[in-house]
Amino acid sequence: MNNGNEQYLIALAGNPNCGKTTLFNAVTGARQHVGNYPGITVEKKEGFYQLNGSRLRLVDLPGTYSLTAYSLEELVARDFLVQERPEVVLNIVDACNLERNLYLTVQLLELGIPVVLVLNMVDAAESRGIEIDVEELSRRLQLPVVPTVARTGRGKDDLLSTAARMASEKRGWAPLHISYGPDIDPALDEMEKEIARLSFLTEALPSRWTALKYLEADEQVIAKGRETHPELSSRLEAIAARLTDHLQKTLESYPEAIIADHRYGFIAALLKGGVVTEKNKSDRLYLSDQIDRVLTNRLLGPVSMMLILYMVYQFTFNYSALPVQLVESAFSMLGNRMDALLPEGLIKSLIVSGIIDGVGGVIGFVPLILFMFFAIAFLEDTGYLARVAYMLDRVFRTFGLHGSSVMAFIISGGIAGGCAVPGVMATRTLRSSRERLATLLTAPFMNCGAKIPVFAMLIAAFFPKNRASMMFLLTLLSWMAALFLAKLIRITILKGPSTPFLLELPPYRLPTFKGLLIHTWERTWQYVQKAGTIILAISILFWALMTFPGLSEKKKVRFEEARQEILAGVPPELREMTARGAPEGQTIPAVVADARERILALDHEEAQTALKDSFAGRIGTAMESVSRWSGFDWRTNVALLSGFAAKEIIISTLGTAYSLGKVETGDDLSLSERLSNDPLWNPLKAFAVIVFIMLYAPCFATITCIIKESGAWKWGVFSMVFNTSVAFLIAVLVYQGGRWLGLGT
Amino acid sequence: MGTVLLRHMLPGQKGVVTQVKAVGELGRRIRDMGIVPGTPLFVQGRAPLLDPVAIRVRNFTLTLRNNEADYIHVEVDETS
Repeated sequence: MNNGNEQYLIALAGNPNCGKTTLFNAVTGARQHVGNYPGITVEKKEGFYQLNGSRLRLVDLPGTYSLTAYSLEELVARDFLVQERPEVVLNIVDACNLERNLYLTVQLLELGIPVVLVLNMVDAAESRGIEIDVEELSRRLQLPVVPTVARTGRGKDDLLSTAARMASEKRGWAPLHISYGPDIDPALDEMEKEIARLSFLTEALPSRWTALKYLEADEQVIAKGRETHPELSSRLEAIAARLTDHLQKTLESYPEAIIADHRYGFIAALLKGGVVTEKNKSDRLYLSDQIDRVLTNRLLGPVSMMLILYMVYQFTFNYSALPVQLVESAFSMLGNRMDALLPEGLIKSLIVSGIIDGVGGVIGFVPLILFMFFAIAFLEDTGYLARVAYMLDRVFRTFGLHGSSVMAFIISGGIAGGCAVPGVMATRTLRSSRERLATLLTAPFMNCGAKIPVFAMLIAAFFPKNRASMMFLLTLLSWMAALFLAKLIRITILKGPSTPFLLELPPYRLPTFKGLLIHTWERTWQYVQKAGTIILAISILFWALMTFPGLSEKKKVRFEEARQEILAGVPPELREMTARGAPEGQTIPAVVADARERILALDHEEAQTALKDSFAGRIGTAMESVSRWSGFDWRTNVALLSGFAAKEIIISTLGTAYSLGKVETGDDLSLSERLSNDPLWNPLKAFAVIVFIMLYAPCFATITCIIKESGAWKWGVFSMVFNTSVAFLIAVLVYQGGRWLGLGT
Repeated sequence: MGTVLLRHMLPGQKGVVTQVKAVGELGRRIRDMGIVPGTPLFVQGRAPLLDPVAIRVRNFTLTLRNNEADYIHVEVDETS
């Protein structure tokens, strides 16, 4: 039977929550590859398994309830089966919930593809008093049925050898014919003949299946028909329309509905007569339902949800703090080492400020993303995330979002101090596309951990008495902005009815640690690979913008002359010490200290002039004609521009622009003081700047993720343009409104 | 024995689906979840804001929004 050295393609299909991925992980372990299906964001998982010399290539299809053409997941699963034609499909079904799970099985059988039925979670079924006669079920369906427990690996070997045996037989497709009743069957026969006669799609698909899809009004198949066989297609559509009309008049129903009825009828007949026996009444409350009595209770539900979400937040940001710090200090150590090693000049500046800072910026996120994905994978795999969506849907639906959107908002900084990069990635748990897109476009309005130090610096300078209440106000403002802008997006560019909710609340389960780790690692690795390259390129670009063209020779000479002048004022024997600094332990004469201070001030002034003359500085100056409406001068503009690279950089750029030298995040008292004494700054301008920073274009790391997660460049561009426009508009309103009220003088 | 919309059923009430009026994507989703005429169900509860509603059907828990439940007609078992 096994000829050896053969490779078989085996697909895993099944409903969401049936344990399909757990089984896939149990079989392939860490030997799996995760990618995306071309052009879309549905994950594609592949892995290999060696069995008696043959090689099994396993592909984990997205979890679907059916094989229609409505969702991306379903289309992907269907197209894979039809185009790649796997030798065997392992159809995983939840033994506790056979009736609904078999609905997909029936559709696979209608397609005719060879199926092995995997009866998963038989242990849970046993403990619930559900008994399944495996042999009888196998006989009635005429296909192998293998009981398994994916969590423990029970039945795994039996399953794989059954699959390999079936694959080696190289069976052809043998579609199952079900009767759909006296109205549908004749129409189906008529259509089937027409399709077979003109060989429409028959090289890949059974003609009865194609006819069935015409009756189900399947957009993909009908579009294909119109394109390749327009005449046949219009005949088929006419038959379907006639039948629909007839069913409407006689039964007030639709072909689709009647077909579904008969499929469930087929399943009911299949399970009758002792194939499935339930000892307990079906509405008995199990442990999972008991837990739900508390966790989705009217009062306790929201309270425990707040607590759990807060814990996720704490876990993600507190536990990742140390590794983030380690990574950051490793990079700053590397930067310092290179700083000392390389000669002064452009190459050094490129390596230290461009490359090391850029790569450090990307890698610095990794521990954060790792912890976030771990926490989300935990909530997802236990089944709690579905409860969160259930409880919050009413609120988020008002704004055109979905109950599951809350996770992305909180991770992005909904409780002040998250990060939009993992936040945008957290939208993967949303299955409805419009709501998902609206969520990932608005999550970056939250106050992430990089905006907070900038706010803190400005608040310390201008609202020193109300620090806590200002921070709280800003958190509220960001939620309001995100929700209202989400609504705006959903009634304009992402217009359309909300995707049906219909969410299954799976029983609570303890996830396997291995599964959590695999889940977490694969998602994190994807980030490192894709974001890494783009962000590095952007960070080099920004370095160039702020470095070139540099000071003109004339200005350089003038600064050098001024330095020499200061040195000339120092007695000759002390000049060496002024230029190099005193040897350790030696006291510095006052005249030297004074001269050194003046030279330092001169260096800062030179840096400021260089920044003003750089491309970024020129852009900032050119923008003054527009930005004066919101009260921003060139210094603010340059700082905001640099914030595209990463928001916390705003502080250090402002520092340079105000000739303060290198200002480190957290050590910004001097900047606060400098700004609060500056006549160009006042509380009103500061507030306008804060609002602008809260809302304007996300940093490039986030934009990269938006592009990757939405699958289209245009959404990355959109979030830059839209967010900046909104931010500017509101900043102008704040600034001009405040001035009109007589504030800000 | 009266037929009511699923939206108007109270937690703890049982019944049998008589009709699913939804068409298009919503209709298909509802059927994918196993809700077709003749299916017994019982209302398990409601979300804290009374929407969506959680029902027990075919041995699993399904939640759906009230405006989705409006398409499902149920013959209520008066004894429940």
